[in-house]
Amino acid sequence: MSGLSPIEPVLLARRGKPDSAMIQTYLADGGYASWKKVLGGAKSGEWTPAKVTDLVKASGLRGRGGAGFPCGMKWTFVPPKEKRGDKPVYLLCNADESEPGTFKDRLLMETDPHQVLEGMMLASFALDVKHAYLYIRGEMVHAAEVLNKAVAETYAKGFLGVDVLGSGLDLDITIHRGAGAYICGEETALIESLEGKRGHPRIKPPFPAVSGVWGCPTVVNNVETLCCVKHILDRGADWFKSIGRNEKNTGPKLYCVSGHVEKPGVYEAPLGVPWETLLALAGGVKGGRRLKAVIPGGASAAMLTAKEVENLPMDFDGVAAAKSMLGSAAIIVMDETTDIPKAVTNIAKFFAHESCGQCTPCREGTPWMHKMLKRIVSGEGKKTDLDLLLQIAGQMGNGMTICVFADAAIAPVLSGIPKFREEFEAYVAKSSHPDFALAAPEDLTNKVAERAAAGIH
Amino acid sequence: MSGAQKLPVAEQAENPRVGEHGALSCGRALSFSRQTHDDLERLLARYPTKQAALLPTLWLAQREWGWISREAVDYVATLLDLSPAFVWGVVTFYTMYNRAPVGTHLIQFCTSISCHLNGAGEAYAECRKRLGDLKPGETTPDGKFTVVEVECLAQCDKAPAVMVNDDDHFVITKDKLDAFLGSLK
Repeated sequence: MSGLSPIEPVLLARRGKPDSAMIQTYLADGGYASWKKVLGGAKSGEWTPAKVTDLVKASGLRGRGGAGFPCGMKWTFVPPKEKRGDKPVYLLCNADESEPGTFKDRLLMETDPHQVLEGMMLASFALDVKHAYLYIRGEMVHAAEVLNKAVAETYAKGFLGVDVLGSGLDLDITIHRGAGAYICGEETALIESLEGKRGHPRIKPPFPAVSGVWGCPTVVNNVETLCCVKHILDRGADWFKSIGRNEKNTGPKLYCVSGHVEKPGVYEAPLGVPWETLLALAGGVKGGRRLKAVIPGGASAAMLTAKEVENLPMDFDGVAAAKSMLGSAAIIVMDETTDIPKAVTNIAKFFAHESCGQCTPCREGTPWMHKMLKRIVSGEGKKTDLDLLLQIAGQMGNGMTICVFADAAIAPVLSGIPKFREEFEAYVAKSSHPDFALAAPEDLTNKVAERAAAGIH
Repeated sequence: MSGAQKLPVAEQAENPRVGEHGALSCGRALSFSRQTHDDLERLLARYPTKQAALLPTLWLAQREWGWISREAVDYVATLLDLSPAFVWGVVTFYTMYNRAPVGTHLIQFCTSISCHLNGAGEAYAECRKRLGDLKPGETTPDGKFTVVEVECLAQCDKAPAVMVNDDDHFVITKDKLDAFLGSLK
């Protein structure tokens, strides 16, 4: 059987069930079995942190937040007890789902919060964590309420607190709300924000695994990643590995399909499912129209043309091979009616608004890009604007800044303009900008004189 | 520079609406209710430092007073042993802390890419027009509605998505504005 055969939902198995967010239904469906199993075998040594970590490593699980970093390997970066001394280890569940086009973690938290909590518990066991935090974005008020209720239920059942289920281990979980800042999804910005500061990403190294929140070893994992951990403990690493395109891209994956499709929504499929299968799950392009472009991994990912997504395996390596990224698997579909320059302008506006302001290339560059795009689509672009835009974008990324926000901000520009240049040029050709139609030198002289008279120069 | 010469903030001490850290004044001293004090105590027990409780404490302040005034900044700073300037710096970083009073219904239109592709821009503009040509962030004179534009609300499958105060509203296209605004009386 191929790893890409259709699967029964795993992460979304409980979606739509009555009272799916309540602990009674979760327990009735076999929930917390792994937590009980691991704690039950903790004293005897049957279950050790290393055993859980090894399972996760063997499963091939790669982080579902965007970077696709191997989860088990991330865990092993935490220094061993003899090296870290008395410092506690913290687990932070990253629920700051803000990448435009992404809405899978919200669904997991709202419909099946105990699945998330059990994943956090198991990861906490593996990492010797006594207090784990779930950082949820401020806008998700309802999801935060559901989670807080679930946490209270979990304490009442004795699955959290002091000496959990007689294991001798203590564990607390706290739900922490953000307050509106995209950058807090970046793990070191999330750490700063949890400490009660502005969400400014930190310079690395040191990496969070060595010195994270409150100067202590810290692991930050995405909501969906931690849910996968729970299922790996339930069903084993071999089961997880049996799903997916190849050994580097394993497990079930949630895909957020939005934009111009008949049935936008979250779809669960094996990691690496071909583009056409996903599009079919979402009911195809809206109104039977033709596909123009796809953003495969949220606003930060480079745009792909309809031709480029043909037969593309939708996994970390498949999309990377097409010079974009799977990111948070936020697939934004754009049909033939889409005005690409306007779409790129919209995304540029997002990044200009969300830059944290620490690094000059990003703080200054993102509003410049937006300003220039805005003037192009409003019919006031200059002939030189397109190349200038590409030039500015080319100077912002690749290590010029503390975090990768700038690389994300330039991706739509660096992909959108070359791939759909004729659409941008059409705007510029219709431009009313005085510098545009400068055919003859006398024109230039006249224009300069006019502008000087108008007080522009 | 056009218009009247503006004094630096530090020299506007006689202006009751401008605090030394730039926040608007609500004109009265503030302190938490008993209930909120208890909530704060529970909060503080969850973190190893007082400072870590800053975002949650600001949420409590906004729940209590609706927005974060100069007095609220000073009060929260005292509670958590922080400087008012630091607290104000944090307040201004995050978009969800209101730095001025808002209407009874704070209407937040998502206009990010998936909502943009489904007509959010038109719905947002039309909504402001219908409420009396409101500028972005402006409140109707009766204090009922404030309309703002926000970034992706993670409801992209129900685009255009709108949040009103803490509640989620789905598929608010231009043609659905009548029913939508009618539901917010």
